[in-house]
Amino acid sequence: MASSIRVRATASGETTEVQALIQHPMDSGFIKDAKGELIPPHFITQLTFEHDGKTVFAADWGGGVSKDPYVKFSFKGAKKGDDLKISWIDNKGATDTTTAKIQ
Amino acid sequence: MSDVRFSATRRLILQGAGTVALLGLGNLPFGLTPALAAANDKYPEDAFKAKSETDAIKALYGKSPEPSDKVKMDAPEIAENGSVVPISVSTTLADVTSIAFLVSENPVALVASYRIPAGTLPSVANRIKMARTSNVIVVVEAGGKLYSATKEVKVTVGGCGG
Repeated sequence: MASSIRVRATASGETTEVQALIQHPMDSGFIKDAKGELIPPHFITQLTFEHDGKTVFAADWGGGVSKDPYVKFSFKGAKKGDDLKISWIDNKGATDTTTAKIQ
Repeated sequence: MSDVRFSATRRLILQGAGTVALLGLGNLPFGLTPALAAANDKYPEDAFKAKSETDAIKALYGKSPEPSDKVKMDAPEIAENGSVVPISVSTTLADVTSIAFLVSENPVALVASYRIPAGTLPSVANRIKMARTSNVIVVVEAGGKLYSATKEVKVTVGGCGG
């Protein structure tokens, strides 16, 4: 299966800008389907970004984050060619991980 | 009259059911994936169960924020689609350790909480859902203190209930 995580990390000087887009329904548990039944909650709870064995950014998410979530942040200390590891886990215990090269 | 009462009761029951389902599932993932859990701090379940932003902030931090013009929030005046509202925040405050996004009128006020380790810039952009027109609150934890910015975003079509 193709990764659910798309990430673009671009180093410019000492700062690396990271944009990530994850495919996930992010069902809050408050929305009804066409039959009027509540769609059970199904959303990513935690997302982490690691560089050189160190967490550089970590998210705790609820069901209020939009479907196919997007997040952008920047950190210092990385250079072009370094690895950035991204992992998420959702409320059902599903996970995905990918490693991106910083450009 | 009776219709109104019926739907209000039904809504309460459904909300309760959602909370119970969330509770049951919440314990599972952390037991199964110790590696990921170790890399993270514990997921703030109580804060994500709170209905109001005040309770959520209290559950998350144990204290209250003070408004600060050093917290800059970029949010639309009007969101045509409440299911995708782009919000970003940045701050000139030093020693920022976390940034949280809350929506007062959502069924669960806390939307996202980000940990900012040393070396990471205090600036985050994301996309959130809004049930209806509401205040959006961002809380920045800097040097052990809490600072906030609030902005009302008008929602034309809600993203949390259809």
